Amino acid sequence: MSRPVRRRPRTGAALAAVVTAAVVVLAACSSGHARSQSVGGSAAGPSRQGGTLRYALFYSPTCLDPQQAGEGPDLGVVESLTAQNPNTGAVVASLAASWEVRGDATSFTFHLRPNVTFSDGSALTSTVVAQNLNAIRRLGATASHAGAYLAALTSVDTPDPRTVTITFNRPNAQFLQATATPALAIESAASLARPAGERCAGKIVGTGPFVVDSYTPNQQIVIKRRAGYAWAPSSAGHQGPARLDQVRIAIVTNETTRTGSLLSHQFDVISNVTPQDEPRVRAGGFSVLSRTDPGVVLSLWPNEKRPTLANRDIRVAISRAIDRQDIIATLYTPQYKPATSVLSSTTPGYTDLGRDLARDPASARALLDAAGWKPGPDGIRVRGGQRLTLDVIFGLPRSLELIQQQLHAVGVDLRLRQLSISELQAQFAAGNYDFFLGNSARADPDVLRTLFAGFTITGASADPLTAALNGQAASVDTAVRNRDAAIAQRLLVTDAHDIPITELAEVVAASDKVHDLRFNANASLNFYDAWLS
Amino acid sequence: MTAFAMAREARRPRHPAGGVRPRRRGAGLHGLARRFVQVVFVVWAAFTGAFLALYRMPSDPVTLMLAQRSGGPNVVVDPAQEAALRVEYGFDQPLWRQYGTLLGRALRGDLGTSVQTGQPVRELLTDALPQTAQLTAAALLVAMPLGMAVPIASAHSRRRRIRGMLDALPAAGVSIPSFWLGILLLQALSFHWALLPATGNAGLRSLVLPAITLGLPAAAVIAQVLGRGLRSDLGSAYVELARARGASQSRIVFRHVLRNAALPALTVAGLLVANLFGGAVIVETVFARAGLGQVTVAAVTNEDLPVLLGLVVLAAMIYAVLSLLVEALYPLLDPRVRRDSGEVSRRTSGTRTQEAA
Repeated sequence: MSRPVRRRPRTGAALAAVVTAAVVVLAACSSGHARSQSVGGSAAGPSRQGGTLRYALFYSPTCLDPQQAGEGPDLGVVESLTAQNPNTGAVVASLAASWEVRGDATSFTFHLRPNVTFSDGSALTSTVVAQNLNAIRRLGATASHAGAYLAALTSVDTPDPRTVTITFNRPNAQFLQATATPALAIESAASLARPAGERCAGKIVGTGPFVVDSYTPNQQIVIKRRAGYAWAPSSAGHQGPARLDQVRIAIVTNETTRTGSLLSHQFDVISNVTPQDEPRVRAGGFSVLSRTDPGVVLSLWPNEKRPTLANRDIRVAISRAIDRQDIIATLYTPQYKPATSVLSSTTPGYTDLGRDLARDPASARALLDAAGWKPGPDGIRVRGGQRLTLDVIFGLPRSLELIQQQLHAVGVDLRLRQLSISELQAQFAAGNYDFFLGNSARADPDVLRTLFAGFTITGASADPLTAALNGQAASVDTAVRNRDAAIAQRLLVTDAHDIPITELAEVVAASDKVHDLRFNANASLNFYDAWLS
Repeated sequence: MTAFAMAREARRPRHPAGGVRPRRRGAGLHGLARRFVQVVFVVWAAFTGAFLALYRMPSDPVTLMLAQRSGGPNVVVDPAQEAALRVEYGFDQPLWRQYGTLLGRALRGDLGTSVQTGQPVRELLTDALPQTAQLTAAALLVAMPLGMAVPIASAHSRRRRIRGMLDALPAAGVSIPSFWLGILLLQALSFHWALLPATGNAGLRSLVLPAITLGLPAAAVIAQVLGRGLRSDLGSAYVELARARGASQSRIVFRHVLRNAALPALTVAGLLVANLFGGAVIVETVFARAGLGQVTVAAVTNEDLPVLLGLVVLAAMIYAVLSLLVEALYPLLDPRVRRDSGEVSRRTSGTRTQEAA
């Protein structure tokens, strides 16, 4: 799962750092007992029931209804037909106990688990599931992800109260994983009847182990344990009701406040620990947990409609000039990894292409020389009186200054064009850029198809790439899907249709009281197994 | 406006053509109606000005919302989805028609819905206003006594060094950035000594640190204005006269000088309340308090036009009401305003000397 604006080092942070230094006299007095903590929980003995977990979230979610917004935190209020095991990527039973998929991936039949109820007392039936899918389609444009997941849907049939069949007019293998995402979560009929705005404001009713107790926008979300919950998916760490009585999620956007509040035990867990705060948090005896975001890693997407970048050798030269290890070492912490493919290592279907992405400035120079771009008087390459100047458009700068230096070393002048998000999308749609800095989160290889279908792919790899992307979308066999996904990744990397940079991660810090805090497959935090000692 | 500019403004003699002016007795109802029309005009002008500024901007709340909901600034948004939403929110309509629709709705008290959250704007604002009003009131409770105590103490002090130190305090206070002050207070009183909670809106204890952060710079402004008034008046002829007649220093300060010097300080305090609402943006972010400041930050970041428009209208209403209040307080505090009943106020240093005599 991805988040909205992530706060990275900026002037505010610099000021905060100065302030922190100014009061270091105070801080230095606080005890620095270092403890190593097992979040697996086994070291802390048997799990304990009860208590309130205090969690500081770094942004204010705009909508708590996962059907409408994919960005909210996982509150454990709603569940989906299936669940995805974060370790294996396998889709496992959740609200659906079992399912069958037609061989051509056009029809999916789910058999619902019996005796599942929503927290408003109503029962989970195939009718409610059908109502949900229709409601998501009716949400239309406001449902950010769901539209893509349900594209080409033709019918939802409910032959009996516990069976639901969903049919598409073309192969849609990704749909199985889509049923595990919060975007296709199942809400009660009464919940669906509410206006979209009310549901955004927390009026959602699901089958999950928690219920929304209260929500104050920009301030806090309180979720309470639901007694009688007894249908956790097999990917969960335990069965039965949640262990925590309550989770208080406070919205704390300022990172200095967040870190300070954790260190002074005003919170048990905080989200989005910045790389520069990580050492402080560790020194304070807190553990740092992280999970790599699934999907397409942070990448430079070349605009191949531009003549310079339609040349494969130029793109490959730029990819080889980038030192991905150096970016991690300089700007990040070991919680983040250099990209080793287009997909991140936690994405099902990922294949390791690290060797193709190693830094090789000599070969980068050779490729540029061969393409006729010779070093000019200021080191920047020139051809026919034209300098090798390329721009990159982005909403949030990430490691770009460093990449700029690395490219400068081989004679490429990278211009950084930071734009507002709306301007960014307009420039992107108009094709008015050389590179777009982007990423796309999803724990399924189909993310490659939905993303790269929108790009112009030139050269010999265009057709095989389309074939591979359609191949993985049309097969229900994981081996076939992974094989096709691997072919697609290899084509994208070797011909540099995507220049991968960094695997982004969700980094949280927790006190040693917190145990069994886990991440979902979409890298969102899961409170179901968590307990406090 | 800087503190000095505000002080200058407050000390200027009032003219009938503008600014605060004495009300005619007997013209109360008529005057009230006229003031009401003025308030309505100010709010309408703010609405229209904000609409023109915001809706003509190349902003795009719809794209922002879609990008936000599908994972942040570095994603690609589906143009078809974007266009469909633009129609839904009426952003595809010509500007004049959007203005007509919005104004018509606003007259019925409906400020539209937030693009980001889908919540009614009015609800968003009325939920946040009490929180920020509470914070502003608490900040004023810090600012007023402190802002008055420092210059009064300085006026009483016979030692030059102490007086110099007290006089330097407001200048230092004005130059403290509230972000820095907030973090400093947090580090000391919440993170290190754990005396007060760092975040949240629960209970009075959570109000202490934000109120000090917001109130201290305001206290400094009041102290500057009041201190200036006290210092200049303490050297004037009527004080010499009072001193020659054997009045004690505290009698001179409290009976004579303070009443003269308090008037500009109170005007400034009125303006400060409005400024405190602005200051809440930073303070609420640092202390993670819900309120208008947080709503503003979110609306600006997301270019949420309906919410921004609502905020501007609310701000205009707050300013209008505050200036009415300050004006209503004048006759209570200054007998000359009461007595004048329509004539031009004769507030010059000459009259002051006469009065004191």
